[in-house]
Amino acid sequence: MVSKLLKSLYIAVVYLFLYMPLAVAIVFSFNDASNSNAWSGFTTKWYASLLHDQSLIKSAVRSLFLAASSATVSTVVGTIMAIALHRYRFIGQKVVFGSLSVIMMSPEIIQGISLAMIFIVLGIPLGFTTLLLAHTVFCFPFVTMTVLARLKGVSRTLAEAAADLGANDVSIVRRILIPLIVPAVFAGWLMSFTLSIDDVIISFFVSGKSYEILPLKIYSMVRTGIQPDVNALCAALFFVTFAVVMISYRLVRDRK
Amino acid sequence: MLKTADNFCRTAVLYFIFIWFGVMVFAPNLLVLLASFLTKEPVWFLRLPLNLQAYRALGDAALLTVILKSVGLAFVTTLFCLLIGYPFTYFIAGFSKETRALFLMLIVVPFWTNSLIRNYALIAVLSEDGLINAFLLHFGLIAEPLKLLNTTFAVFVGMVYTLLPFMILPIYAVLEKIDRSIVEAAADLGAGPFEVFYKIVIPLSFPGIVAGCIMVFLPALTLFYVSDILGGADVNVLGSIIRNKFMIDHDWPVGAAISVALTAFMLVLLHLYYKSGNTVEQERQLW
Repeated sequence: MVSKLLKSLYIAVVYLFLYMPLAVAIVFSFNDASNSNAWSGFTTKWYASLLHDQSLIKSAVRSLFLAASSATVSTVVGTIMAIALHRYRFIGQKVVFGSLSVIMMSPEIIQGISLAMIFIVLGIPLGFTTLLLAHTVFCFPFVTMTVLARLKGVSRTLAEAAADLGANDVSIVRRILIPLIVPAVFAGWLMSFTLSIDDVIISFFVSGKSYEILPLKIYSMVRTGIQPDVNALCAALFFVTFAVVMISYRLVRDRK
Repeated sequence: MLKTADNFCRTAVLYFIFIWFGVMVFAPNLLVLLASFLTKEPVWFLRLPLNLQAYRALGDAALLTVILKSVGLAFVTTLFCLLIGYPFTYFIAGFSKETRALFLMLIVVPFWTNSLIRNYALIAVLSEDGLINAFLLHFGLIAEPLKLLNTTFAVFVGMVYTLLPFMILPIYAVLEKIDRSIVEAAADLGAGPFEVFYKIVIPLSFPGIVAGCIMVFLPALTLFYVSDILGGADVNVLGSIIRNKFMIDHDWPVGAAISVALTAFMLVLLHLYYKSGNTVEQERQLW
């Protein structure tokens, strides 16, 4: 009994640690002081001033749009890759498979620098395109791995039976494999979205002045001093993302 | 007719995979490798001839000091993430399936607010008029506010905070798969709780521990924004050095050489990881 209480207490303390900065940002978004960390009364003025800070809102919307679009592209690329690794035997398959875990483990700074170099060599101007490609590169292995794990449980005989009955590759994939992997595909999308919205370092190297996303905008503000409306934005964004993810999670679960 | 369509499909998909990996994965890393052997150039950043100058610069005493400090910080960060994260993960793995899913979701949720913004929020916790100092002053534990912000300690807190989930998730993936009947069998045969833990749970979860340590240690070396925000000008991690070489000093060869060294180090760690995974697989076959 005592040990169970201690366990619960320990779990609670760790969650407190993980949520403290978020909680602080949310609480301080209602703090009346403009340049102090001490509490000096309740206000909603930062939310009002946030509404007038067009450039901050613009970069927040860009961040969300980038995360949603790169998660979608990653999901398509990652799922195609998983189905190919599952269905086909080809030269270099082991190398492709091994590279997936190397990409997942490799430090963001190395991915950021190496991708920036290839974009410069290929002459792609740094902006939305490069951000989208770079985010897709570091997200798709997570989709592939999630979908592959799900495909492992799918018997090969299912596809063979369909082929014997005259189904071609496209209809086997479309009518048998895809329905079976939908939960994994959605989990992969959500993981990519999460990784993309959390990323700082890769974006730092592959974004240009033409497309400034939120973390980089705030990063450049840290040096000049941050306005308190960043806390308000932080809180607002958190609730928007939370709501969107919960609703989509419900929708997918209900459809199942 | 059917066969040709299938073949076309297969060929198209494989071409796509090869081009994607070639252009987006292999070529970028080869470019960094190439850059590390080139010479610094003020306008185009890089020029011939090929040489080992950049690698010689790695032996520079000032650079080595910063690297060693960063490695030390990353090591302590990894150790604390493991000490905090392992018991935590072990406890939540003991709950029912639905509760575990909820606990796991709660770990991922903070990620939806960008980690740079969350580290920025830590300033309000660590600063001289921040939460910790207010708490300690209120209870009379200290007379003067402690200087926590802009110290290595603050960077350490930020790193542990940012990277703890990367320790928890891989360990969870392994712990979840452990067959609880093995644990029960050991207890039935007279093993005490500590013996069960050290002789069964830890060895079976070893691949998860190694994966978690790699996923914490490498970013702890390179998350330069954490040291920028919480450590001020005095604390630099290896990632700050790489960034400065590229963005401020415009010394691409040296920046690339450090990146290559870091990549080589990562490949060694990954090799160890696969070996650790294999030994457990081999042991499982003995059962």
